[in-house]
Amino acid sequence: MNLTLKIWRQKDSNAKGQMVDYKVNDISEHMSFLEMMDVLNEQLINSGEEPVAFDHDCREGICGMCSMYINGEAHGPDRGVTTCQLHMRMFKDGDTITIEPFRAKAFPVIKDLVVDRTAFERIQQAGGYISVNTSGNTQDANAIPISKHAADEAMDAATCIGCGACVATCKNSSAMLFVGAKVSQYALLPQGQIEAADRVRNMVAQMDAEGFGNCTNTGACEVECPKGISLDNIARMNRELMKANLK
Amino acid sequence: MSGFFKSSIGRKVAMALSAFFLMFFLIIHLAVNITSLFSVELFNQLSHFMGTNPLVQLALQPVLIFGVVFHFVMGFILEIKNRKAIGISYAKNNGAANSTWISRNMIYSGLVILAFLVLHFIDFWFPEMKLKYIEGDMTGVIAGTQEFRYFEELQHKFLSPIRVGAYVLAFIFLALHLLHGFTSAFQSMGSTAGRKKALQTFGKIYAYAIPLGFIIIAVWHHFNHL
Ligand code: HEM
Ligand code: SF4
Ligand code: FES
Repeated sequence: MNLTLKIWRQKDSNAKGQMVDYKVNDISEHMSFLEMMDVLNEQLINSGEEPVAFDHDCREGICGMCSMYINGEAHGPDRGVTTCQLHMRMFKDGDTITIEPFRAKAFPVIKDLVVDRTAFERIQQAGGYISVNTSGNTQDANAIPISKHAADEAMDAATCIGCGACVATCKNSSAMLFVGAKVSQYALLPQGQIEAADRVRNMVAQMDAEGFGNCTNTGACEVECPKGISLDNIARMNRELMKANLK
Repeated sequence: MSGFFKSSIGRKVAMALSAFFLMFFLIIHLAVNITSLFSVELFNQLSHFMGTNPLVQLALQPVLIFGVVFHFVMGFILEIKNRKAIGISYAKNNGAANSTWISRNMIYSGLVILAFLVLHFIDFWFPEMKLKYIEGDMTGVIAGTQEFRYFEELQHKFLSPIRVGAYVLAFIFLALHLLHGFTSAFQSMGSTAGRKKALQTFGKIYAYAIPLGFIIIAVWHHFNHL
């Protein structure tokens, strides 16, 4: 199929940036979206132009790097997928596809479609861990009884890949689905209890300091999240923060 | 605890608390007003009680006013903060793909309600305050008679088709505000109950029934005045 692409081009973090039109031809419907981008970039390189910079790593939906806002949706029109898992069969011959970087004040553009998501890392560092003595007599995690239900829910929360689609999608640029998932994954398990109050307090404080917005429960993040992280995790984070402050 | 209400989540909790209070108040307000459809006497008595009881006037009324003001001021603060958090907006954004229009436009439904509240205060509240606390007339009767003035005043207000139209429009926006707000408030309070079928159904019934009740009252008095 032949496509018209409208892509955000921005030289560096200080440049102004604008949408630029490109044409790509003979795109197979079996290609992934990133493969289509590769075709475009080869074309650009061959004609001596600067290729479009975009983030990617695993190309199988696990690293969370690929971050494009495609036709008005994070990771494009498909559900439960990252951009690298998006297939060109979701589009038709002759389509115009708009491709923008993830937008949020806290995710500044580095170049073209590449944005700086280290705000997520700083939130993680603020409390997204448990402290374990690793001096050689570490307790076997399997020795701690955990209900199947809690283990499943914690595992579901832990599948968040930190891609930032929730923030990109949110009309408030709120990071609460991500932080909710990261808080929940520990809040649900006995190992997470000891540091629970400090964890949620510090992670929420960091989230606010990074300049993410306030959740208004539109539920858009849950729909666009490639890993199907549930809004229940935001409610749990709110509960955890209330609990932490009542202590 | 003061740090809590400065956090993004704490502000949302405060927002939800004020909203729960307002939603409870609306039930009481509707219950009193609905009596005007079938009993002039009962409506007058209840109005007189609400208007002169010291507990209602000096304790509940200030709390209510604080609740309303807090709710919309905090609504504006959150809206401004959220706009700042966005930065550059998308050239193409397909909001309808993942969320409802009403959930994305709470500030606009809220603004219509606020405009209505201004009209409503000018209509009923300011004249009441002036009559009772400035002119000192706590009798609640029409001057020179033994009859209560409340029902008469109510009917008089709804003679104007423009005012009735404005009320109807405002209540439609209240319904929209509540269709998202009711369940949203539970989520803000950290409860997943708002995500379950039972409460969603109840929320829908509430969001339609309360505004519809007020609309019926306004329209009824427009067409059935003495
Ligand atoms: C009697 C009148 C009102 C009622 C019953 C009401 C009810 C609600 C409810 C239940 C919520 C959801 C709370 C949450 O998600 O935590 C809400 C949110 C909101 N309200 Fe109101 N509201 C009223 C008036 C107003 C007014 C006058 C404004 C003025 C602008 C306003 C602006 C907002 C905004 C912006 C939100 C969204 C905030 C958010 O979700 O974080 N509301 N309201
Ligand atoms: S919650 Fe979902 S959308 Fe948000 S960062 Fe995690 S995986 Fe991505
Ligand atoms: S490149 Fe790793 S998730 Fe898409």
